[in-house]
Amino acid sequence: MTEIIHNLMLGFGVALKPLYLFYCLVGVLLGTLVGVLPGIGALATIAMLLPVTFSLPPEASLIMLAGIYYGAQYGGSTTSILVNIPGEAACVVTCIEGYQMARQGRAGPALSIAALASFFAGSIATGIIVLFGPPLTEVALKFGQAEYFSLMLLGLVGAVVLAHGSLLKAFAMVFLGLLFGLVGTDVYSGITRYNFGTRELFDGIGFVPPAIGLFGFAEIIANMEQKETVEVFTTKVRKMMPSRTDFQASWKAILRGTALGSFLGILPGGGALLSSFVSYTLEKKIAADPARFGKGAIEGVAGPEAANNAGAQTSFIPMLTLGIPGNAVMALMVGAMMIQGIVPGPGVMTERPELFWGLIASMWVGNLLLVVLNLPLIGIWIRLLTIPYRLLFPAILLFCCIGTYSVNNSTFDVLMATGFGLLGYLFRKFDCEPAPLILGFILGPMLEENLRRAMLLSRGDPTVFLTRPISLGILLTAVFLLLLTVLPVIQRTRGVVFKE
Amino acid sequence: MKPKISRAKDFYAGLIFAFFGVLALWEGRHYGMGTANRMGPGYLPNVLGVILCLLGLIISGRSLWLGSETLKPGALRPLVLVTVAVLAFTFLIQPLGLVLATLALVGISSIGSGEFRLREAVLLYLILVVLAVGLFVYVLKIPFRVWP
Repeated sequence: MTEIIHNLMLGFGVALKPLYLFYCLVGVLLGTLVGVLPGIGALATIAMLLPVTFSLPPEASLIMLAGIYYGAQYGGSTTSILVNIPGEAACVVTCIEGYQMARQGRAGPALSIAALASFFAGSIATGIIVLFGPPLTEVALKFGQAEYFSLMLLGLVGAVVLAHGSLLKAFAMVFLGLLFGLVGTDVYSGITRYNFGTRELFDGIGFVPPAIGLFGFAEIIANMEQKETVEVFTTKVRKMMPSRTDFQASWKAILRGTALGSFLGILPGGGALLSSFVSYTLEKKIAADPARFGKGAIEGVAGPEAANNAGAQTSFIPMLTLGIPGNAVMALMVGAMMIQGIVPGPGVMTERPELFWGLIASMWVGNLLLVVLNLPLIGIWIRLLTIPYRLLFPAILLFCCIGTYSVNNSTFDVLMATGFGLLGYLFRKFDCEPAPLILGFILGPMLEENLRRAMLLSRGDPTVFLTRPISLGILLTAVFLLLLTVLPVIQRTRGVVFKE
Repeated sequence: MKPKISRAKDFYAGLIFAFFGVLALWEGRHYGMGTANRMGPGYLPNVLGVILCLLGLIISGRSLWLGSETLKPGALRPLVLVTVAVLAFTFLIQPLGLVLATLALVGISSIGSGEFRLREAVLLYLILVVLAVGLFVYVLKIPFRVWP
């Protein structure tokens, strides 16, 4: 207990320093901004800002990037409720009930309950990281190469299982990502792989070009194709406070959403998106009167909003303790750490406690900032929604280009990003999710190294992954996850969850 | 329902994967497989290449048997526009500097968007160029060439 208090004191000591507080504010404001704007998401923004973080201290960099991720969950709900377009993928389900509430003139209570639910869930999730971070790190310190290899396999299987659309295509995306990750000089033999005669690929593909290409450029092209005319629901957002009955209807949903999100966020492949979908389905299923759903049921806003924020936050747990990213955003966070020369993994907590605890404390601070700032600033966010896309996309394009170029002052990087953009556009056309590819790409080199070392230590005996109990357990979990998707019942619900 | 091959999404998706699989195997043919004990630099790449080829063939083949969703025709304009604007920026930034490269990018995107308004575009350019130079050159001190 004293240990926990000591750690928290350390964390808040870091997070409340004016400099870090400033970057936390910048992060959550940027996050809300891109969350509100439909054409750009947290992923592209983090990719865009990765080069910028190079010149920041590591604490500031991670605090800001984390703020963008959970800030986007707050911002996304605003657009969902007022415009019926998800500002952020994880807020798709908020549209269903939130927009109906707005049409009934209850946009204010919907926005407030979304913000309060997010804040509550965020606080609880932060607490969960504080409680579960250290014990998990202890376990992780005992892991050998075999365990790490199995864990990465589990992570990749999770990413595939939870991607929407065809399993086969998601698997192919993971393998393609792994292959991209292997480009560059092999440390063991000194042989340069897949550089196609270029000097630039000696050190492999950096993580900024694929991230910007797949989630920046490709997204912009897709958005311009759709050409939807955005009609902002300009009912006066007058009465903000939810009524007593609103609270009574939603507090249980908030609790359930928080629990669900906290759990699903930790799972490989989980995070904000999955959590909100499952929470909405659950609320609809257990409602006393399911007919209210689709007509502005406040539980349908409160539950998913709590769940997506909780999920966003607990997805940091595997990344911080094991060094293994569970979703694409966390993969970029790993990238941000590596830019700073920090090796992600259990060592972070013991070697850089101020970074570890500072980041966690900043999440609570950031959530507080979001709740305090967002509700009064709602008018500004609404006005931002009226900016036409023809003015937005040149700005996004420009910052994507400058961001990519500035990593190494290299035109080659921008060309590579353009290539990934075209590839990403094709994948989008063919219904292939890009998230598994990015995960595979980040995990590729780590996976190969652990595989080689494990095999070397076992003198070429592949059963090493099965004879070590922890490794076996992890692999069995992966197999179990895969089997689940083959079951017809799950297959049907999987389709429903993502299509609704 | 079997759509025409030329419009089946999965058919093309499979081809892309198979293409990268073949590329991986071809380029990786000299990398040295090593042994299970000491895996060479070619071990994982070749394994991945084989898997990608197989998956690609299965995905394409399945779409011929079972059919797949048909491809919606995409507008060519956004694709070309974004590519040209980015390429212009890329090739101008080193010789001409940030101010003019930004002009090219914003100019091409605005004119190409089909809803060009001169005053609006000029204003957008001025705001963006001040932001870009201010943030990246003065605040973050990234060594960019600003002027030609």
